Formats: sequence, C-alpha cells, structure tokens
Amino acid sequence: MCLTFAVKGTNVLLKEILYLIQKDLVLEWRQKYALNGMLLYVGSVVFICYLSFGMRPNILVPPVWNALLWIILLFVSVNAIAKSFMQENRGRLLYFYSIVSPQGIILAKIIYNTLLMLLLAIICFVFYGFVLGNPVEDVPMFLLSILLGAVGFSTSLTMISSIASKAANSSTLMAILSFPVIVPMLLMLIKMSKNAMDGLDRSASLDELLTLLAINMIVVTVSYILFPYLWRS
Amino acid sequence: MKKNWWKILAVALLVYTVVAGMLTDVPRLAILNETIRNLYFHVPMWFGMILILLTSVVYSILYLRNPSVKNDVIAYEAAKVGILFGVLGIVTGMEWAKFTWGEYWSNDPKQNASAIGLLIYFAYLVLRSSFSEQQQRARISAVYNIFAFAALIPLLFILPRLTDSLHPGNGGNPGFNTYDLDSRLRMVFYPAVLGWTLLGFWIINVKSRLEILRQRLYETV
Repeated sequence: MCLTFAVKGTNVLLKEILYLIQKDLVLEWRQKYALNGMLLYVGSVVFICYLSFGMRPNILVPPVWNALLWIILLFVSVNAIAKSFMQENRGRLLYFYSIVSPQGIILAKIIYNTLLMLLLAIICFVFYGFVLGNPVEDVPMFLLSILLGAVGFSTSLTMISSIASKAANSSTLMAILSFPVIVPMLLMLIKMSKNAMDGLDRSASLDELLTLLAINMIVVTVSYILFPYLWRS
Repeated sequence: MKKNWWKILAVALLVYTVVAGMLTDVPRLAILNETIRNLYFHVPMWFGMILILLTSVVYSILYLRNPSVKNDVIAYEAAKVGILFGVLGIVTGMEWAKFTWGEYWSNDPKQNASAIGLLIYFAYLVLRSSFSEQQQRARISAVYNIFAFAALIPLLFILPRLTDSLHPGNGGNPGFNTYDLDSRLRMVFYPAVLGWTLLGFWIINVKSRLEILRQRLYETV
C-alpha cells in the first residue's frame, strides 16, 4: 500500500517536473530577448577579452586561457541564473504555489538551468576557442568538465537565486552569496580542465571528477530539502 | 552557582593554558623553535570555530522545525562568534606562517579555504541585514546558513587533502600526532581546545540572552 503511494508520488513529481520544464522552455522561446541577451552577453565578453589581449590569438599561456574561460563562464552563469526566480511575477508564483509541490519546482528549475547553462557554455567555449585559439588536447574530457561545470553552477546558483530573490537588492546579493559557495567547485573544474588541456591521462582527473559529483549531489539534496521552507514565504 | 560550573572551568582552563603554554618546556624542533607554543592558541581556534558554526547550523535547523526567536538569535550570535574565532585563527596562523614558512600568506589550500569560509559567513551577515521583516529574515538566513555549511564542509575537509599543503598532516607532511605532539604538548593542548571552545559558548550564551531581552523590551515598549 505504502509502496504504491510512493510510486504514485514519484510519478506525480516527475510529471510536474516535466511540465514545469516545458513551461520554462516555452516561455524562454516566446520571449526571446532573455536568451538573445545572454548570447550577446557571451559574445561581447569573449570579444572584449580578445580586444584586451591585443587582438592576437594564441598569445595567452594555457593556465591563463583556462582561468579566463572559467571566469567568463562563472559570470555568464551568475547572470543567466539570477533571473530564474526574479523574472517570475507574484501572481504566477501564487498560482504555482497552489498547484505544484515545491520539490517539483526546484528540481525543474535546476534541470532547466542546467540545459540553459550547457547551451551557453558550449557556445561560449566554441566562440572563445575560435577567437582566442584553442590549445585543448583532450577535447572530450574538456567537454566533460564543461558539462560538470554547467551542472554544478546551475545546481548551486538556482538555490542561491531563490534566496536572493526574496531580498531587497537581489542582484548584488546574488553575487555575494554565490561566489564563496561556488569557489571550491570552480577550483576543481579549473584543475580538471587544465589536465584535459595538457592531455594528461584521464585517470589523473578521477579525484576531481568524483569530488565534483559528490559536491553536486550534496547541493541538490540540500536544495531539495530546504527549498520548501523558502517557498512558503 | 551549580549551573555555572562550566564557566569556572573555562576560566581555570584558560588561565592554565596561558600560564602553562608560556612557561612549560616544549620540544626543541628545527624551524618551529618556540613558535610551537602557538599550537595552544592557533589550533584551538579552528576546533572552536567548527564546533561553534556547527551549533549555529543546528539552531538554524531547529528554527526551521520550530520557528522561535530564541533559535534564530542563537544561530545568529553563534555565527558571529564563529567569525570572531575564524578571524583570530587566521591572524594567529598568519603570524605563525611568517615565522615558519617565511610569508604571511603562502597560498596554502587551508589558508585559502578558511578565507573563503569567512566570506560565506560575511555574506550571511549581509543577507541578514537586507531583510526588514523579522520572520522572513530568520527563515531565509537559516536556509542560507544550512546551505552554506553544507558547501563549506567539502572545502575544509576534502580540498586540502587533494592538493599539497604546508600544514602538517597534508600533502605528505606528517601530522602533529605522528611524532611531535608529544605528551608535554598534549598536557596543554587538550585543555586549551576545551577552554577556548567553552569561552566561545559563554560569549554566545551572554550575547543571545542580551539580544532576547532587548527584543522583549522593544516588544513591550
């Protein structure tokens, strides 16, 4: 009896999540200004870096190239994810409050933001490599680190953005709250992608990979548990 | 008097720590020399900070389960005392690093991790001050406190073990326990940890009682 309820519960949750992701995708597609804005943001930042480094490709040494890419990705993700809760208006939030569970909302937002970040990160990587030269030797491994980065940034930033959206000056707060939380992840990612750039043996990055997965799992679990308390206000 | 035995114990232990820490014999080791006495002041700060921040998180969890002013105030005051211990830990550590490693800040993963940990709690204070309504402030900052603590644990315990560190016990350096934390150091070190931690809890106790009384006063006026 209990088991059937549990199964039914997960089914409902899954349906809710799928529905909410679909809703976010449709909304994003209809109001293209947000997505186009982010794409333009990525393009401008990469181009500014190109101009600042004297308009010569391959001038950057690999560690600087790597660090710069991750800093760009960090700022892009903070900006892209900050709006995930701020753009929802009050009426719509009240409507959701009455029909879906908070767990469904946070998981749907995390998955949706992961997809968005993945798209932005890959476009950013391609454009950045195109403009500033691409010294990466082990591209699949580098893409894996970008995938993990997109998942990690979106999991932790989604929760932070829901916290920040409750406060008065939310855009400043978003940056202050998220940077210290995201730094351990960023350090792991930079190390892992540096290994991929140098074409080291893949087993060298195993430690970082497992730690990143563990951090992601902690963050998703904590978000899942804590979000209902935020949602109530 | 019966309830306050631990405060007397804290004072006695701290007096003992300072007197014995400065006067007793310590092992003669190269490079460390007399600075090894900092073991009684620098290391207990981190033990105390972790325990006090843990208290803060526990009271945040309690607040989410049972929203009362008391839980919120204790979580807040504990976070502030945790920051105080963290700053003292960094300052004593930098002083020690200047004499043993040659520089105040030598890009050691534990130094960086502690600096980031402090940033998290400064962000907590900023977050708290950006709400005007008391209940909302208490609940949302409790959520951030728990979230940040969960993100801080991998930072403090896992990251330094993955990379090389100048601290003992990391990156191939032997820990203090293996050979040089001999029984003479232990005689002062363990009381010092207990004493400083008790002092921290005493500060939390006094400050949160004061804060609760102040809030009650505002309510009645």
